[in-house]
Amino acid sequence: MSQTVAAPSAPARTRSDSETRLAGMLVSFEEPGPLMGAAARMKEAGYTRWDVHTPYPIHGLDTAMGVRPTILPWIVFVAGLTGALSGIFLQYWTNATDARNFTFLPTNLQGYDYLISGKPFYSFPANIPVIFELTVLFSALAAVFGMLALNGLPTFHRSLFRSRAFQRVTDDHFFVSVDASDPIFDESTTGGLLAELGGSDVMRVEEPVVQPGMPRWLMAAGVIFACVTLIPLVVIAKARVSKSTEPRIHIWQDMDNQPRYKGQMQNAAFADERAMRPTVVGTVARGDLDALGTDRHRLEGLVDDQWATVFPESLRVTSAFMERGRRQFGIFCAPCHGLDGRGNGAVPARNPDGGREGWAGWVQPTSLHDQSVRDRAVGHLFNSITNGIRTMPPYRDQIEPDDRWAIVAYIRALQKASQADWNEVPAAARQELERRSGKRGND
Amino acid sequence: MATIPLEIDNTQDDPRHRAPLVTGDHDLGTLTETVSRVAEAPRAPLAWYVAFTISAGLTIMLGGLIGYLIMTGVGVWGVNNPVAWGFAIINFVFWVGIGHAGTLISAILFLFRQHWRTGINRFAEAMTIFAVICAGMFPGIHVGRAWLAYWMFPLPNQMAMWPQFRSPLLWDVFAVGTYFTVSLLFWYVGLIPDLATFRDRAKTRVKQIVYGIFALGWNGSMRHWHRYERAYLILAALATPLVLSVHSVVSFDFAVAQLPGWHTTIFPPYFVAGAIFSGFGMVVTLAVPARELFGLKHIITMRHLDNMNKIILATGSIVGYAYSIEFFIAWYGAIPEERFAFISRAFGPYAWAYWIMFSCNAFVPQLFWFRKIRTSIPAMFIISLLVNVGMWFERYVIVVTSLSSDFLPSSWGPYVPTWVDAAMLVGSFGLFFTFFLLFCRYLPMVAMAEVKAVMPHTLKRSAHGDGHAGGAA
Repeated sequence: MSQTVAAPSAPARTRSDSETRLAGMLVSFEEPGPLMGAAARMKEAGYTRWDVHTPYPIHGLDTAMGVRPTILPWIVFVAGLTGALSGIFLQYWTNATDARNFTFLPTNLQGYDYLISGKPFYSFPANIPVIFELTVLFSALAAVFGMLALNGLPTFHRSLFRSRAFQRVTDDHFFVSVDASDPIFDESTTGGLLAELGGSDVMRVEEPVVQPGMPRWLMAAGVIFACVTLIPLVVIAKARVSKSTEPRIHIWQDMDNQPRYKGQMQNAAFADERAMRPTVVGTVARGDLDALGTDRHRLEGLVDDQWATVFPESLRVTSAFMERGRRQFGIFCAPCHGLDGRGNGAVPARNPDGGREGWAGWVQPTSLHDQSVRDRAVGHLFNSITNGIRTMPPYRDQIEPDDRWAIVAYIRALQKASQADWNEVPAAARQELERRSGKRGND
Repeated sequence: MATIPLEIDNTQDDPRHRAPLVTGDHDLGTLTETVSRVAEAPRAPLAWYVAFTISAGLTIMLGGLIGYLIMTGVGVWGVNNPVAWGFAIINFVFWVGIGHAGTLISAILFLFRQHWRTGINRFAEAMTIFAVICAGMFPGIHVGRAWLAYWMFPLPNQMAMWPQFRSPLLWDVFAVGTYFTVSLLFWYVGLIPDLATFRDRAKTRVKQIVYGIFALGWNGSMRHWHRYERAYLILAALATPLVLSVHSVVSFDFAVAQLPGWHTTIFPPYFVAGAIFSGFGMVVTLAVPARELFGLKHIITMRHLDNMNKIILATGSIVGYAYSIEFFIAWYGAIPEERFAFISRAFGPYAWAYWIMFSCNAFVPQLFWFRKIRTSIPAMFIISLLVNVGMWFERYVIVVTSLSSDFLPSSWGPYVPTWVDAAMLVGSFGLFFTFFLLFCRYLPMVAMAEVKAVMPHTLKRSAHGDGHAGGAA
């Protein structure tokens, strides 16, 4: 053991900066030829903290030194496997899981199974490229950073770097080095062994006992830099907890703010400079009919604030009117209620089970032959069409009032037809029905 | 020490002698000196300053145009409906393709133990990285709202909106991202020992610190070399399938669509061959002036150029075969739209582009059958330029002809690029050469540690039994 290493306990300040200790020994070679033999001798001598340094890798030298095969390939294998599994999981989770099953997770971690061209949510063949790329990415990162970690790099400070001669290791010289911390290191015997290896020069590697610390200015700059980098974070944190009347900073407009007139703004184009225009004389705004006290029977189905039980006087229920009702019913009502009004139209036929479980958006269309519907006054039915009922939307904007009454008339006819007595069927229609179905005629 | 004259013709293969990979009377020290001198010279050659001024000017122009594009919108380009892809995607595919030669040289030739790769792999890899940077820029600004380009990545967000993983455009994000990362790692791992050389030769404190930080404290330890070489081999084994996958995925952008002229299974291999073809064209374009300018003729020898020209010949022939077989399949497949697409490519409104492509890619490289042309510097330089012109036009033909006239004649439309399109293409070359010139000036252009391992006298010495404790005197 080196004697200088034995007394490190003295206060560092009192030591002179020029005082050095032996950190290790080096022997240089100008040719790689003797290295194999040198490595074998060092290994035989039982050294553990020693190394051969070369400008380029020399194959076989690692074996001669007794370097065991690195475990790096296994690290890479595990990383590659992790990459592949991550690729599978990422794609399955984000594209094929139903967020409704994971409501306990924050929204930004939920998946979203959106349908693309009717393709399956999870499609392994389409996921292979990303799985492959992630496998390669993870493996490559593991190979590089695993290699650096196993080699203990980066290590910027080494006592060997204090030797000027050693700088040629990255040029054209070869070295064998022994660290002073090796258990069997001894200056004279180790030096003797190194001299016998066939090298040209045996050198001592000295290092100062007092290692120079980081320069003050560098440390100050580092602290200042670290503080400055925190400023944006502090600003963001403050913005998150404080309120402001200013609109938020809007860097990318994305056509969010467009030149247009909003309520209460001035517009010089009009004489009164009001951007909001008053109603044109002679027109009625939506919803104002009631206020104007017009024909409430015809337009709202109300007589003395009660549902009207008869059709408005302005309408005459003729066969042409019924035919009109049949056509409008076929256009607007039959898709859900069905052509016969039993609530089995084309739309519910596509949802035979009434939609998904637990989904409140679906209600089976009412059968118009239910007793509750039969009992309703015609004004009430008119109101249901006009303003909608339950999930049925209002149709006042799509069907003219008189046509709505025509539909009501047709619904009444459907209701009558479903419970009509055989004797009530007109004779001509009775013959037609008998022709179509022999059985019915025997009743 | 065997003396190898500079004038030796190492392009001849004489079975009695192994042709030397490094000519001139080089030993380890002079090799280090030759390569390091380029970066250590106080002043670069005048040509470097001229080239750098032009490239940097073009890069600034590119930056300005990107700003103009983002502030104004993609309407400044010639893209339209139906040709929504235009120059941006053409340039993307072109630049990604260029990169492939670097990885091929560094990974595939490494696995095949092609020692001649060591002379050219460093700057070919640098070329890969800079080309992928140019490539990655174009889709980023092509998305229209470039500030939302991060939507391409699977980042958790409050809308629970994720990328659509069944789309080839997203595979591209992963493929190109992985390709760039792995290429950068590969390049950097190779650089570590050479950066240590620069660190140890540094004359100024600043250089010593900067190179020292990036050299990570490399000291040539054999224990380190052991793991280093294993990592390098693993990276090569990973990069080999990766480079084949990247251009395959890029070709899926087209092949998975159902457009006539795109929807073909030949696209992946044909794109990969084209990529390697164009990449080697670019390596030759760069190597020819670089070896003149920086005095690297002994290291990037005529044999290297000859070998690369042979690869250009081989891949150019594959590409020519692919062009021809596309026509055959269009006829044989008996799909009217497909037949129309190919007839209109060759004889339609873009026939001029098609024939530039066909002649530059399929015919011109055939000249490399002649050894005189393979070893003629002016000839190979011109051919390598034509190869890249041809390969750019290949992407132009693929993108524009198919998009401008698809199934429905009522939605056909012509494509006319604007001055912004053209200036951005030129600007991307400026960006590429700016990076490349900086690399030439400040980093080791040749993988010194690797070349040292394959130098004639190193190989000879390792052939005569190692392990004899001969005195080095």
